[in-house]
Amino acid sequence: MTPPDSASVRAPIGEPLPRPQSRRFLFGRGRYVDDVAVAGVAHVVYVRSPFAAADITGIDVAAAKAAPGVIAVVTGSEIAEWHDPWVATITNLPGQKSPPQHALALDRVRFQGEPVVAVVAESRAEAEDAAELVEVDYAPLEAVVDMETALDPATRVVSPELGDNLFWRMDIDPPGVSEAFARSTTVVEETFHIGRQTLAPLEPRGIVADYDPAEQRLTLTFATQVPHIMRYVFAKHLRLDEHRVRVVCPDVGGAFGLKIHTYGDEVATAILSMMLKRPLKFIADRLESFVSDVHCRDHRVKARLGLDAEGRITALEIDDLTAIGPFSVYPRSSGIEALLVCTFTGSPYHLPAFKAAGKVVFTNKNVMCQLRGVGMPIACSVGEGIIDKAARAAGIDPLDFRRRNLIPDDAYPYTTASGMPFESLSQQAALEKLAALMDYDGLRREQAELREQGVYRGIGLACFVEGTAPSPAIYGEGGAPISAQDTCTVRLEPSGALTCLVGVSEQGQGAEAVIAQVTAAAIGVAHTDIRVLMGDTDATPYGGGTWASRATAIAGEAARKAGVRLRANILGLAGQLLQARGETLDIRAGTIVDAATGEARMTLRELGHAIHFRTTEFAPDTHPEIAVTEQFSVRSRMFLYTNGAMGCHVEVDPETGFVTVLKVWCVEDCGTVVNPMLLDDQIRGGIVQGIGNTLYEELVYDGEGQLQNGSFIDYLLPMAGEMPDIEVAHIETPTAESGLGAKGAGEAGIIGAPGAVLNAINDALAPLGASVSRQPYTPERILAALGKVPSRD
Amino acid sequence: MPESIPVSLTVNGRRVEATIPARLTIVDFLRDHLGLTGTHVGCAHGVCGACTVRVDGAIIRGCLTLTAQLDGGTIETIEGVADSGEIADLQEAFYARNAMQCGFCTPGMLLTAASLKARGRPVSRQEIRDHISGNLCRCTGYQAIVDAIDTVVNTDGVNADSDGGRR
Repeated sequence: MTPPDSASVRAPIGEPLPRPQSRRFLFGRGRYVDDVAVAGVAHVVYVRSPFAAADITGIDVAAAKAAPGVIAVVTGSEIAEWHDPWVATITNLPGQKSPPQHALALDRVRFQGEPVVAVVAESRAEAEDAAELVEVDYAPLEAVVDMETALDPATRVVSPELGDNLFWRMDIDPPGVSEAFARSTTVVEETFHIGRQTLAPLEPRGIVADYDPAEQRLTLTFATQVPHIMRYVFAKHLRLDEHRVRVVCPDVGGAFGLKIHTYGDEVATAILSMMLKRPLKFIADRLESFVSDVHCRDHRVKARLGLDAEGRITALEIDDLTAIGPFSVYPRSSGIEALLVCTFTGSPYHLPAFKAAGKVVFTNKNVMCQLRGVGMPIACSVGEGIIDKAARAAGIDPLDFRRRNLIPDDAYPYTTASGMPFESLSQQAALEKLAALMDYDGLRREQAELREQGVYRGIGLACFVEGTAPSPAIYGEGGAPISAQDTCTVRLEPSGALTCLVGVSEQGQGAEAVIAQVTAAAIGVAHTDIRVLMGDTDATPYGGGTWASRATAIAGEAARKAGVRLRANILGLAGQLLQARGETLDIRAGTIVDAATGEARMTLRELGHAIHFRTTEFAPDTHPEIAVTEQFSVRSRMFLYTNGAMGCHVEVDPETGFVTVLKVWCVEDCGTVVNPMLLDDQIRGGIVQGIGNTLYEELVYDGEGQLQNGSFIDYLLPMAGEMPDIEVAHIETPTAESGLGAKGAGEAGIIGAPGAVLNAINDALAPLGASVSRQPYTPERILAALGKVPSRD
Repeated sequence: MPESIPVSLTVNGRRVEATIPARLTIVDFLRDHLGLTGTHVGCAHGVCGACTVRVDGAIIRGCLTLTAQLDGGTIETIEGVADSGEIADLQEAFYARNAMQCGFCTPGMLLTAASLKARGRPVSRQEIRDHISGNLCRCTGYQAIVDAIDTVVNTDGVNADSDGGRR
């Protein structure tokens, strides 16, 4: 354990610098996977199952094979000869079971959109034309679509070889919980439904697979967040040595956790490249994205909260049920969302008694897995929603209620009732800062005045804890090939510039810029003197990639450590040439100076030239080490926990049910802030995604397992015109786990927003005697809660 | 086989003659035939705005417009307006304010912003928000984009908001 290192945590750390790498996007010169031109490339499209559940009784590809431009039409059983299927269970969440999954369906389809037949043609248009000619005969089966009845004995088993429809269950069931409820003076209950969503990055999934049979090397230019993990997955299941697979990330057009999973169509594209010995491109279209990108949420959570006479929480009990489709998703497994619902619900508060049960079941809908926020947005909605209900029942203002019940800022280290070891949080400080930032008391006065005029405004608060930058405890120790460490190499070039290579990747968050700022601070150069290279498994050090808010906290610390050591090496080498001790020198703005006087002694370029071209100027036993590699992972706890508090101000029109979000405020504590501009916009982007999740977005399936809204016309994403301005402020409580002191922040916005919006809506509806608890909170549901239209839920 | 149609276009100031399938959209023509990959396809059904290009001075959805419809037309893409210097002020404002993350929506967003600037009068933040509502951004939450456009369109530092903010 080290305290933040003040010598290396200095400017440009903390400065709101623009990202030098962003200019290419402004000139239309970003290079996404679909922009990659490869000589001789052919195109793959997939024939997908129109049924949620069916046996495949025949496939006729003759007409498709004869169509113009067609190179091959390949079925699942032919593809299966080239790979080993995968099963996504992790051993540290014991009891999971999932059927083997192949790249393409074999004799049975288990969700609408499952890929069945691949069509390869010289152009995408020809492949799409030919795909229309593929005849697949299906014998439909009863689709299992209702998670509430999935475990009933009368319900068909999605994968009969498993025996039942249970993927996994977990229980936190200590003694004393029922006694704690019995002692309570107020007990409230609510059932929350969090609808099925996806996060829809604007760039769809895509891959260019190029197999070189001469060298037996497979190169995947791949819109992925996790190049090293994907190299492992593709090599293992295509039976290739890992060093024969190279994954290169071009610019990636948004990901949000969607581009870390194993998708059969992408694996099949690589196999087809090996079979046909041609480079092949697969780019999902938007409908394919909706039916085959992983979905998230889709939870039903029953919550019960007890209070004593002083308005202090006595006990919390939750029961979570979620459905993940027919397969657990490889290689992470699909149980983490339920795990985080069961461990994070109510986690900002001191809970004297806590009980949680989670059940994860199989259905015949598209697969579900971890996306941005992973269960924590649900935990926040449920925990904050039931708390506001309890506060209302007890006649306590929601701000005051939180003041009474938050874990005190002087209570750390603190282990929650669900077993999470919090290092150091600032929840009380964050709540007070939020109350001042949003002028909570002023808003309450305005609310009361406007209600006199028939205007229904609501004020919602949400406190949240975020698990960021995971240790190996969550995946690696459960047997998943997911690295929790990241490594950074920093080297001095002859020009005096620096090159930095890291294992994390970039999807727009600004990881490149953050790594450059951290490295620049550690060495003493401008961030623009550093070129950061990412996303190429042949070039960059092995690492876990970018997910779970880990890039800044983990790769940033590796970069800091490498920069500190390279700086010491540079000063020692310069000292030899300058006949000075290294400690008397410093690097400022890229120049080696006398530390005491600031007098310039030598540029890094002069030193770089000497090191590379005139090594004889150094002592004979000196072999300059000017490429330094350091590694970092979180070790002492499962996550670097962060905290925040969010406020939301809405107006609800009781005639139409429309909700207008007037303003959102967020106070967040992710430790050391490296770039406040990038950080604030990460949080704002997450908040807007959270507002979309809360008000508009729901994937609707019918009783036959057919998705009803697979387009941006029917699945509504937030537009600029209906989003508010968002104020973001920070508290900095650095982690002592690293010298940088930074924790993660990428998911804070999407975690807190749904709970804050929910509470604001219910605050507005409270004088009308109505409340909502089924997300998204659409106008129809609000009107139903007001008794103005019948409920269809 | 799809019918082939000869077309003559001006793309970023350059004369282009081609014989193209009748069903070819302009965004596919720009990307696949001319190598102008700055224009993106996010949904292919006219909602997301990533395919925004300018035709005869007006912005359109490249994914919903057939190339054959544009015979004789003048087409400008992000590459054209960037290289000509026309949108340099917007580019600088987007850069300084970090008004993009993944960058996929950015070319379309810039062309849409340029069409607002072309109106040549101060606008409110809500007008900016409404004007860019046909261009989805999944990363930024829009505020940085609104800020950047605000500084360019309202060059005297005064926008048309009466209350200095939203609503």
